[in-house]
Amino acid sequence: MNGSRAGWMFAAPALIVIAVFFFLPVLAALGLSLTDFDIYAVADSDNLRFVGARNYLRLFETPLFWKALGNTALFVVVGVPLSIATSLGTALLLHTGVTRMKGVFRTALFAPVVTTVVAVAVIWKYIFHTRYGLLNYALGLVGVHPVDWLGDPRWAMPAIVLFAVWKNFGYNMVIFLAALQNIPEDLYEAARVDGAGSVQQFRFVTLSALAPTLLLVSILTMAGYFQLFAEPYVMTQGGPLQSTTSVLYFMYEEGFKWWNLGSASAVAFVLFLLMFAVTMLQFFVARRWSQP
Amino acid sequence: MRKAILVNAALLAVAVITLCPLLWMVSVSFMSPGEANSFPPPFLPRQATLQNYRELFSHTGMGRCFLNSLLLATLATFLSLLFNVTAGYAFAKLHFAGRDRIFKVLLGALIIPAQVAMIPLFLMLKNLGLVNTYVGVLIPAAANVFGIFLVRQYALALPNELLEAARVDGAGELRVFRSIVLPALGPILVTLAIFAFLGSWNDFLWPLIVLTDDHLHTLPVALASLSREHVQDSEMMMAGSVITVLPVVAVFLVLQRYYIQGLLAGSVKG
Repeated sequence: MNGSRAGWMFAAPALIVIAVFFFLPVLAALGLSLTDFDIYAVADSDNLRFVGARNYLRLFETPLFWKALGNTALFVVVGVPLSIATSLGTALLLHTGVTRMKGVFRTALFAPVVTTVVAVAVIWKYIFHTRYGLLNYALGLVGVHPVDWLGDPRWAMPAIVLFAVWKNFGYNMVIFLAALQNIPEDLYEAARVDGAGSVQQFRFVTLSALAPTLLLVSILTMAGYFQLFAEPYVMTQGGPLQSTTSVLYFMYEEGFKWWNLGSASAVAFVLFLLMFAVTMLQFFVARRWSQP
Repeated sequence: MRKAILVNAALLAVAVITLCPLLWMVSVSFMSPGEANSFPPPFLPRQATLQNYRELFSHTGMGRCFLNSLLLATLATFLSLLFNVTAGYAFAKLHFAGRDRIFKVLLGALIIPAQVAMIPLFLMLKNLGLVNTYVGVLIPAAANVFGIFLVRQYALALPNELLEAARVDGAGELRVFRSIVLPALGPILVTLAIFAFLGSWNDFLWPLIVLTDDHLHTLPVALASLSREHVQDSEMMMAGSVITVLPVVAVFLVLQRYYIQGLLAGSVKG
C-alpha cells in the first residue's frame, strides 16, 4: 500500500498536466465544435450558442474545406510512399556493408531531420525560385525548361512534397537501418541454399522481415504528413489558387484569422477522425496481408 | 568491387544533394545583398561579408528572438526532465492502482493530434491571462506521453533487487529515486533533454498562436514573418536561417548517439 502511494506521487505531476492540458482540451474541443463560438464569444461568452452538428454540415458545404482535404490527401498519398521509398533505398545502400564511411553518410542524410522546418522552408523557397533557384538551374543543365514551382497551382504541391521528402526521409532511414541490422544472416544463407537470387532474397527475406517496421513507419509517417502546416505557411501561404491550403492551414485561418473557433474545432475533429480511420485501415490491411 | 564503387557513388550523390541546400544557405548568408539574385546562381560569395548578420541583429530584432528561443528551449528541457522522469520511473518500477490501464490510455492518446487540443487550450490560457506569455507556451510541453514512454522503457531494465536492497536498508522512496534511480537513468536523461530542447526550438504552430507580441517571438515565428516582409532579401533571410538551424544541428552533431537511441526507442512502441 505504501508502494502504491509512492507510485501515485511520482506519476501524479505529469498525469495532472496531461489530464488538464491535453485530455480536458480534447474533450472541450468536441464540445466547442458543437457551438457557434466566434469573435463575439471571445469577447463575451454570453454570445455562445449550441448549434449541434451545424459547424460540420456547413464545413461540408464549404468548397475550400474540400479543397484543403483534397490537397492534404494528395500530399499524404504522394508524399508518404515517396518518403518511405527514399528512406528504404538509402537504408539499403548504407546496409550493403561496402562503404567505409557509413557513419558519415548516415549523419549527412539525417541532418535535415533535426533542422527547423520554418528555416529550411525559407531556404527551399529560394531553391524553387523560377529564375534564380538552384533546382531550375540544375534542371536547365539537362535541358528542362524553367518550372514556376511555387507560382503554378499544378506544381506547388509537388514542390512541397519534394521538400518534405528531403526534410523527413532520414528519420525512417535510421529506423529501417536498425531493422535491417536485426535480420539474421542465416535467413539469407538458407534462401541462397534454396536457390534464391538477390531479387528473391530481397522480396522473401528482407521485405518480409521488414514488414512490421514498414507498418509502423507508414503509420507514423502518415500521421506526420496529415499535419502539414508550416511548409505552406512559409512557402506559399496556401496558394497559388489555394492549391497548397492544407486542413491544418484551413483550421489556423478559420480559428486564428477569422476567430471562428467553433468551426475551427470541427475542422480539427474531422482531421482527427480521418487520421484515426486511415490508421485503423493500415492495421486492417497489415493483418489481412500477414495471414493470407 | 564494382558494387562497392557503385554503392559509394550513389551514397555520395544522395549525400551531396541532401546537404546542398544547407551548404548553399551558409554560402548565400555571406554574400552581399542582391548577389544571389543572378543567373546562373552563384555558389560562393564573390567576397564574403558579415553584413547580413549585422543587419539581422541590428534592425530586425532577431538577436532578441534568438535569446527568446534559447530561454524557452532551456526551460522546456528542465520542465520535461522534471515531469517525465519521475512518471516514467513510476510506470516502470512502482506499483499503484490502475497503473497499467492508465499507461494504455496514455499510449492510445498518442493517436490524437496535438492540434485538436490547441483551440480550447488557447481559450483556457486566455481566461487565465496567460496568452502572450512564456508560461502559456511552455505549459503543454511540460509533460508528454512520449517522454514518459521513453523513460519507462529504459527504467524497466533497472534490477529490482537493487531498489529492494536500498529499501531494506531503510531508504525512503525519494532517497531511492535520487541516489539509485537517477544516476542509473543518465543516458536516457540526455536523450530526453535533446528531444525536449529540439522540440521546443523547432516548434512553430503553438508559439505562433500564443505569442502575439513581436518582442516575445521565437526564431521560427520571427523568421516566418520576416520572410513575408523581405522576400527579395535572400541573403539576409539565409543568415536568419543559419542562426535558426545552426544551434540544433550543433546539438545533434555533438549528442547524435543519444538522439538516435531515443528515436529508435520511440519507434518500437507498437
